[in-house]
Amino acid sequence: MSGPRSLITAARTMGREECEALAKRTLSFTTADETRVIINSGGRGNTRFAVNQISTGGDNYDATVSVRSTFGKRTGVVNTNKLDDASLKSAVGLAERLAKLSPDDPEAMPELGPQTYADPKGWSEATASLDPTSRASAARAITEPARAAGLVSTGYLETQAGATAIANSKGLFAYGKQTALSLTTTVRTEDGTGSGWAGATSHDFSALDPKDLGARAIDKARRSVNPVAIEPGRYTVILEPTAVGNLVQFITGAMSARNADEGRSFFSKAGGGNKIGMKVVDERITISSDPLDPEAYANTFSGDGQPLSKTTWIETGVVKNLSYDRFWAQKQGKTALPTSGTVRMSGGSATMEEMIAATDRGILVTRFWYLRPVDPRTILYTGLTRDGTFLIERGRITRPIKNFRFNESPIYMLNNLDVMGRPVRVSASEAGGPGLAIVVPPIKVRDFNFTSLSDAV
Amino acid sequence: MVALDAARSAGAQYADVRISRNRVQSINTRERRVQGLSDNETFGFGVRTLVGGAWGFAASSDLTRDEVARIARQAAAQAQANRATLVRPVVLAAAPGNVTGTWQSPHRIDPFAVAIEEKVALLLSANEAALKVQGSRFVNSSMFFLREEKTCANTDGSFTVQTIYRASPNMTVTAVSSDFSDFQSRQATDIAPMGRGYEHVIDSKLVENAPRWAEEAVQKLSAKPVDVGRYDLVLHPTHLGLTIHESIAHPTELDRVYGYEANYAGTSFVAPPEQMLGKFRYGPEFMNIQGDRMQDGSLGAVGWDDEGVQPETFLIIKNGLVNDYQTTREQANWLDWWYKQQGKPTRSHGCSYAQSWSDVQFQRMPNVSLLPGEQNLKWEDLIAATERGIAIIGDGSFSIDQQRYNAQFGGQLFYEIRGGKITGMLKDVAYQMRTPEFWNAMDMIGGKDSYWLWGAFGDAKGQPSQSNAVSHGCPPTRHRGINVINTGRKA
Repeated sequence: MSGPRSLITAARTMGREECEALAKRTLSFTTADETRVIINSGGRGNTRFAVNQISTGGDNYDATVSVRSTFGKRTGVVNTNKLDDASLKSAVGLAERLAKLSPDDPEAMPELGPQTYADPKGWSEATASLDPTSRASAARAITEPARAAGLVSTGYLETQAGATAIANSKGLFAYGKQTALSLTTTVRTEDGTGSGWAGATSHDFSALDPKDLGARAIDKARRSVNPVAIEPGRYTVILEPTAVGNLVQFITGAMSARNADEGRSFFSKAGGGNKIGMKVVDERITISSDPLDPEAYANTFSGDGQPLSKTTWIETGVVKNLSYDRFWAQKQGKTALPTSGTVRMSGGSATMEEMIAATDRGILVTRFWYLRPVDPRTILYTGLTRDGTFLIERGRITRPIKNFRFNESPIYMLNNLDVMGRPVRVSASEAGGPGLAIVVPPIKVRDFNFTSLSDAV
Repeated sequence: MVALDAARSAGAQYADVRISRNRVQSINTRERRVQGLSDNETFGFGVRTLVGGAWGFAASSDLTRDEVARIARQAAAQAQANRATLVRPVVLAAAPGNVTGTWQSPHRIDPFAVAIEEKVALLLSANEAALKVQGSRFVNSSMFFLREEKTCANTDGSFTVQTIYRASPNMTVTAVSSDFSDFQSRQATDIAPMGRGYEHVIDSKLVENAPRWAEEAVQKLSAKPVDVGRYDLVLHPTHLGLTIHESIAHPTELDRVYGYEANYAGTSFVAPPEQMLGKFRYGPEFMNIQGDRMQDGSLGAVGWDDEGVQPETFLIIKNGLVNDYQTTREQANWLDWWYKQQGKPTRSHGCSYAQSWSDVQFQRMPNVSLLPGEQNLKWEDLIAATERGIAIIGDGSFSIDQQRYNAQFGGQLFYEIRGGKITGMLKDVAYQMRTPEFWNAMDMIGGKDSYWLWGAFGDAKGQPSQSNAVSHGCPPTRHRGINVINTGRKA
C-alpha cells in the first residue's frame, strides 16, 4: 500500500514478552505488600469527514503503566506514560506513599494468584495496518456517491489497535491484544429536510463495506425528506438492530448485585434481596456475554485479573446472574462474577420485510440519540429517534415522520415483545466509536411510549 | 521548534505544536471507606499541520527530537492524504493577541500540595455527617483535581505557556424506603466544578452541607408525585446552567451550524447564519447571552486558546436576537460578511480546544452565560410573584435532540408554588420544551446579586469524542406555561 504509514502498527503495540519485561522491571521497584501493574499500549487512527470532504484526522500512540500498591488494607494507584526507570520508580514510590496515607479499606481484597485464561481473539492486521490513505479511500467511497447524488455526507472512521497486560506480585500475568474499528455516516439532503444514518463496527476492517454503508445512508436520506408530524403516544415499533442495541445495553449496565441487594436498582426485590430467579422480560429473551463470541470479541480477563468466560445474564426471560465484585461475592457467599465488555441478545427468524408486512400501523426506528437515565428504579430512559423514522401503514412504509422523544424502559420494551429477527453486530455507541461489542436482533414491540415531537431533522 | 521546522519542510503552510503534562488526582469514597485513590500523569505532544488547505494531526508520548520530527512529518503526510476529498480549502483568519506569554488559573492553594490525609478526612467527615441523618442509607463523595501544564507554539509566531487548574468536589446521598419499594438520591449539584485550586473544596463546606443534602434525599421519598400539566417554572441557577448549556451554548457552535458535527453531536436550528444573525428572536428583549473565557474561576478561562488566539468576550444573543456564534480561526472567515456589516474585525473568538496532547483541537464552547437583569431580583422575588408553579433546584436528567429543539430536563429538588409560596416537595418531575418557545416564555430574570457560575465537567463533542469543561453563569429565571411530565412509571 502506498502513501504515508500509519503510526498504528503491530510494532507499536507491545508484545507479551515486552509487557512481561516491563511488568517485571516495574515490580522490581516495589516495597509494598502487594502490587498490581496494568500496561496498556497501542494507537488510534481516525478520519472524520463533513460536508463531503475530510475535515480532520488523527494518529496517536501511547503506552501507560498503572501501579496499584497495597500495604495491608491500604491501597494507592498511580498511572504514568513515562516508562523509563526513573519515572517508573517515581510512580511506584508515589503509589506506595498514597497507599500508606490512605485509611484501611474494610473491603480490600488480596491480589489473585496466577490464573488460567482463554487466549483472547480479535486481532486483525487489516485494521492494525490501516493508514491515512486507506482511511481517506474509505471516506471517499461514501463522500463521492453522496456528492454525485447532490447530498451532504458526514462521517467518522476510527481504528484502534492495542494490548493490555496485567501482572502482580503474586505471579499473576495476563496478556491480550485486540483491534477494533467503527465506521458511521450521516447523509443529509442539502435543504436539511432529510437525514439518513448507517454504521458498522467490527474488529476487522476487511469485514466492512464502506460503499454499501454509504449507499444505505443515502437511501435513507432520500426517503426521509419532508417528514410529517403524527401525534405522540404509544405505538407499535419496529426497531432496527442499532436502536435495540442503544437500549438493551442499559439492562446489562444495571446488573450489579450489590446495588440490587442494597435496594437501589431495578434488580432490587421488594422487601429486600435481588431478582435472581425472577422473570423480568419475555421468555424469548436471553442475554449473555462471551469474550470469544466470533461476532463480538473482547478481552478474556477483567481489570483485576479474573478470567472472563461466557456468562448468561438473563435466560428465557429470567434473571440468571448479576455481577458480583470479589468483596460483595465473599460477603454474600457467592462466586465473584465480573461484568463483561460484550452483549448478545437472542433473536428470531423474522426479516425486516416480514415484520413490516405484518404491521397494520407502526413506526420504524433507525436509531436513538441522547439517551439519558430518568428513573433508575425502572431503568427508564429518555431519548429521541433520529436519521430515519418512518410510518408503517397496512404492511408497508408509507412516509417519513418527524422524530419523537420517548420515555421508556428496555425492561418494559422486552415485555411487550411481538417478534424478533436475526441478531447482528451493531454500532450502538452514540459517539460513533467502537464502543461495547453488541449483537442484537431487530425487534417489533407494542406500546412504545413516545411522549413528544421534535422538529429536528 | 523542531516540530514546526519539520512540518514546514514537509510542505505545511501552517503548523502548531502542543506539549502538555496533565496531572489528575481523584479520591472516591462511600460511607466509611475510601474506594479509590489515584494520581495520574500523562505527558506528550501533538502536531497539527495545514497542507494545501487540508488538516493533519499526529501525536506521541515519546518526546525525543527524532520522534518529534517524525510525528510532524507524519501529520503533514496525513494532511496530504486528507486532501483527496478536498472541496473547500481551509483558510485561517488572522489571530490578534497572537503573542508570547504565560497564564495560569487563579488559585490560592495548589491541590497537589495538600496532604492526602486532609482530603480523605474531609470526605469521610462529610459522609459521617450525612449518615447521621435518619433514613439516609448511602453516601458517595469524591474530589477531582487537574493541573494541566500546556505549551503551545505555531508557525505564526505564537508561543504560550499556561497552567490550568480545575477542582471538583462531589457528594451524592441516597435514601431507601424501609420496605425497599423506593429509593431517591440527592446529588450536591449546588457545588459546581471550577477552574480554581483546593480553596474551592474548602469553600464548598461539604461537612456543613452534608446533613441538608441527606435530609433532602429522605424528604424526596415522601414527596408528592407531580400532576402532569403546564406550569410556570422558577429555575434556580444550580439547575438553569445545564439548560443554557444544552439549548443555547451547543446550538450556537458554528461547526454544528455548518454541518461539521452532523454525524454525532448534530447540527443546529440556529441556521443558516444569514437568516439568524440580527434577525432570529431567541428570547425576550432582556435576554443577553455572553461568550467568554475570562470569568474569574470559570472552567473555560484561559490566556490563549489551543491555536494561539487570545479569547475575547462577545455577545451571542443581544437583546433577545442572535448576534454571533462561537468560532475558531478556520470558522471566523465564514462570518466575514456579518462582521463587516457590524464594522468589526473578522477574528476568532478563541474557542479552539483539545482535551489532551493526543487529541486534535477543534471548536469547543467557551463559558456561555445568561447576563443578569437590570432589576436586582432574587430567587425569593420570583417565587413570591408566581401564583401556580414549580421551583426547580439542581440539574438532573437531561436529553436534547440533534438540532437542539426538543429537550427534557429533570432536576434535584422540586417544590410546588401556590400563591407566591412554596407549599411542599414534589417528585418525578421533568419538563419538556421546544427551545425558542421556552426562552421566549421567560418573563422574569434575577439580578446581579443572584448570578451564579454553574459548571460542566464532561461536555462531549467530536469524533473521537473529546471532553470539555465550561462554566455557565446565570441568575434565576421564570418561564410561563411549560409542559411538565411525570417520570415515575410502574409498568
